[in-house]
Amino acid sequence: MVQRLDMLVETPSQTAGPYVHIGLMPSYTGNGQIFDLELGQNPIEDGAAGEIIEITGSVYDGTGWAMRDALIESWQPDAQGRFAGQDGADPKVTGFCRFAANAETGEFTLRTVKPGPVALRDGRVQAPHISLWIVARGINIGLQTRIYFEDEDNSADPLLERIEQRPRVETLIAKKTGSGQYRFDIRLQGDGETVFLDI
Amino acid sequence: MLDDGPLIPRNRALHPVPYDPGYKTTVARSPYLPLLSMDSSASEETGPTFGHGAFGALDNNLILNWTRGSAPAVGERIVMHGRVLDERGRGVPHTLVEIWQANAGGRYRHKKDGYLAPLDPNFGGAGRTLTDAEGNYQFLTIRPGAYPWPNRGNDWRPMHIHVSVFGHSFGQRLITQMYFEGDPLIPLCPIAATIKDRAQLDRLVAPLDMANSKPLDYLAYKFDIVLRGRRQSMFENKPEGM
Repeated sequence: MVQRLDMLVETPSQTAGPYVHIGLMPSYTGNGQIFDLELGQNPIEDGAAGEIIEITGSVYDGTGWAMRDALIESWQPDAQGRFAGQDGADPKVTGFCRFAANAETGEFTLRTVKPGPVALRDGRVQAPHISLWIVARGINIGLQTRIYFEDEDNSADPLLERIEQRPRVETLIAKKTGSGQYRFDIRLQGDGETVFLDI
Repeated sequence: MLDDGPLIPRNRALHPVPYDPGYKTTVARSPYLPLLSMDSSASEETGPTFGHGAFGALDNNLILNWTRGSAPAVGERIVMHGRVLDERGRGVPHTLVEIWQANAGGRYRHKKDGYLAPLDPNFGGAGRTLTDAEGNYQFLTIRPGAYPWPNRGNDWRPMHIHVSVFGHSFGQRLITQMYFEGDPLIPLCPIAATIKDRAQLDRLVAPLDMANSKPLDYLAYKFDIVLRGRRQSMFENKPEGM
């Protein structure tokens, strides 16, 4: 026998199911009357410092179908790389947003401020990125990934450096389609499969 | 003083398998390639906070919140309560817990749900609350009905309540489901069965809690939730080169 480790273990995940919007984005399904204020509607308020950007994309399943029921959460720092609550953070940037694939087209749009770089404990600097968490029916545990930007210097990013197959790095990089406009598609499986994270 | 270090890596063996042909939708929605594992950074160790100001007095009362208190929902009245903890056993204070569920007949208030059980005009099926300083939370609701769903020939979901929890770090984000003690549909459910370790599935089954039930009013079910913890070490923030 040995001493007991006094640790608990995480509660197992279960799929968010097809009706996740009821709980997290009630107005999406016409149930907006239930709460006074829906959470995560906007990651920024008017007057947020920095470049305001719009990222559009779809979440594709393994058959190439743009999923209509995906729900995504994003988390990011302000334009200086400070997260809400940290000293000096932009009070107009909450950094958190919930958005969903359009029920007809499968397309999502995230309007936010372009984030700044964030340092690791060891001093290495991560290129600007937005963290994503994707849930839907058939996804048994939420999928983590990140959006980087093609017009930033991503060459020394510690996470991107870890990706062995270099073409896969492109799956995490939003492509510029216009001034302040980006495209970021997420592929759950197969050709062009997005790099998902265990982090 | 021990500092909070990176998040403790997830033990994926206790979680459901991503690909499970018994739950057909997973087949085209599960990544083929391995996840990229790394120590967490500020991007995962920080997270949104939600102030009490965003919440209404009935937000955690699903019996009354849809009608704003004017008429109660139909069903067996229950209190769902428990504690949100991290893997170190510390209560997670002031964190957001959200739930959603079917009504007593097994029907969701969602445009995609066409089950023949009727909607309850007095039931919306969503609630939310913040944990208190010790990590405790509670909801007053009705027990949801079981319902059939299109998967294999004749699959039914056991009675369940969907639960979403934040913690203080975006990397702690978790969605799960609470099942009810004694429900014979649990062992038949392909979604419950995506968790391969029966002992882990048992952790999602809430026991009837008579001590917290209120005579002549409601039954209680207890559901504790454990989120990822943080490594704690005086060696995490070592100077470069050490």
